[in-house]
Amino acid sequence: MVKKIPIGPFHPILEEPEFFELHVEGERVVKIDQTIGWSHRGIELLSEHKTWDQVPFLVERICGICSCSHPFAYVKAVEDLCQIEVPLRAQFIRVIAAELERLHSHLLWTGLAGHFLGYNTVFMWTWKFREPLLDVLEAVTGNRNHYAVMRPGGVRRDLPAEEIPNILKLLDRLEKENDLLTKAIVDDPVIHARTKGVGVFNKTMCRLYGALGPTARSAGYDIDARRDHPIDAYDKVSFKVILCEHGDVFDKAVVRQLENFESIKIIRQCLSLIADTKAGDICAEIREVPPGEGFGMYEAPRGEVFHYVRSNGGNMPIRHKVRAPSFNNILTNNVSVPGNTVADAGLITAAVDPCYSCTERVGVVDRRNGERRVLTEADIVRLSHERTDEIRRRLAAEAGRE
Amino acid sequence: MSLALKALKKSPWVFHVNTGACNNCDIEILDCLTPRFDVERFGVVLVGSIRHADVLLVSGPVTANVLPRLRRLYEAAPRPIKVVAFGACGCKCGIFRDGYNVVGPMDKYIPVDAYIPGCPPKPETIISGIVKVLSQL
Repeated sequence: MVKKIPIGPFHPILEEPEFFELHVEGERVVKIDQTIGWSHRGIELLSEHKTWDQVPFLVERICGICSCSHPFAYVKAVEDLCQIEVPLRAQFIRVIAAELERLHSHLLWTGLAGHFLGYNTVFMWTWKFREPLLDVLEAVTGNRNHYAVMRPGGVRRDLPAEEIPNILKLLDRLEKENDLLTKAIVDDPVIHARTKGVGVFNKTMCRLYGALGPTARSAGYDIDARRDHPIDAYDKVSFKVILCEHGDVFDKAVVRQLENFESIKIIRQCLSLIADTKAGDICAEIREVPPGEGFGMYEAPRGEVFHYVRSNGGNMPIRHKVRAPSFNNILTNNVSVPGNTVADAGLITAAVDPCYSCTERVGVVDRRNGERRVLTEADIVRLSHERTDEIRRRLAAEAGRE
Repeated sequence: MSLALKALKKSPWVFHVNTGACNNCDIEILDCLTPRFDVERFGVVLVGSIRHADVLLVSGPVTANVLPRLRRLYEAAPRPIKVVAFGACGCKCGIFRDGYNVVGPMDKYIPVDAYIPGCPPKPETIISGIVKVLSQL
């Protein structure tokens, strides 16, 4: 007899609405059913009624946290279609904006994961560290989120020379703070006990499920669109693709933390290389878009984003297909959640960093007696916090005995 | 002013619903809770259930899938409840106005007490919106 726990579709901590139903035996999850599509807004069709230049504003609103990655993939698709070369300076500005976004996205995730674990200090600290980053993004692009940097052929806004020292200062600061966070995560025995061996998703499964981004790299599946299909300035900078081997929640956190260092490295290289380019040369003009098709891909913070456009020579795309990484990554929960406890389920589903917003409540149906209970989101977080406290107490008692 | 309203003004608890927004409004709401803006100073707390809430904060154009859920949430809310439309999408559906699955804006379905515009609204705007809602009471 298995109980069922519905989670969702509204959740106050993460983003989009998503509905999970956990089938449990006692405390152990045996199966997870997922329903997505709550946020379906019909973006692909909307995009087919916008001009080539308007579409970046639409696609950056697919996901607010990846609001540089979607336009990046889209403009690469249009440039692929038109066969035009982007000015060097624009390439660097694109990479800088995209990597700053990756930093803010990964920090955001670490904070939320901390909150899930009952480490609200981590949540507050990471989000405090993230604020100066948003200030720099505002200074460079004009907005804290939704940067509107990308445009087919180049970028909309030049990087002012006086902003470069500010960015460098920010990077120095972030490097220290990220180091502190990484050490806090790697050395903490409670975090080890809560996340190691929890929500394991192995390499073979990654291949079967098409997992992408940090979810795949944490299991040792070596995939990174920035290296595999270098676009724009990515072949002019050097960086490491971070790999772990276990594929559990701990490794997912570690991969993201270490990727932050790589992002900082990439931005530093771009800033030194951008000095040799001519200021103001930021956009190649596109006279007309020829008939044909083009595709572009980019490694978003959550995995590979793929955009496909088809043109009939008019001023709008006649087909625009978007493939976002979260769709694949959310499915990995089918494997990584069963076998764990209900208290861990929230953490594991959050660990793939899905774009999911609102999980308002969880209902539990016991397969043993058919009993159905409903857990609210607050209950999930409470269960998770209780588990952390229990581990903390146990570790303290063990330390006392020694 | 009744005792309940007086208490509500001291500490409005917020339940946040995303009805198809792009997350950005949501992360700016969370941003308000973290050290720099820290609206918890005014007693504003995000809660996990609508039954604990004084304010229903709705971000996003309303999609057809979410509409029945939104109605149910509004009906389940304890009274008095203040409804706030958040972001360009919450106010007027924003860029998704013409989407075939978008049935919003939300004020077509439930009464709205305050609008916080912006895409996404900056935390300063959010705080000023909160102050306006509270001064209505």
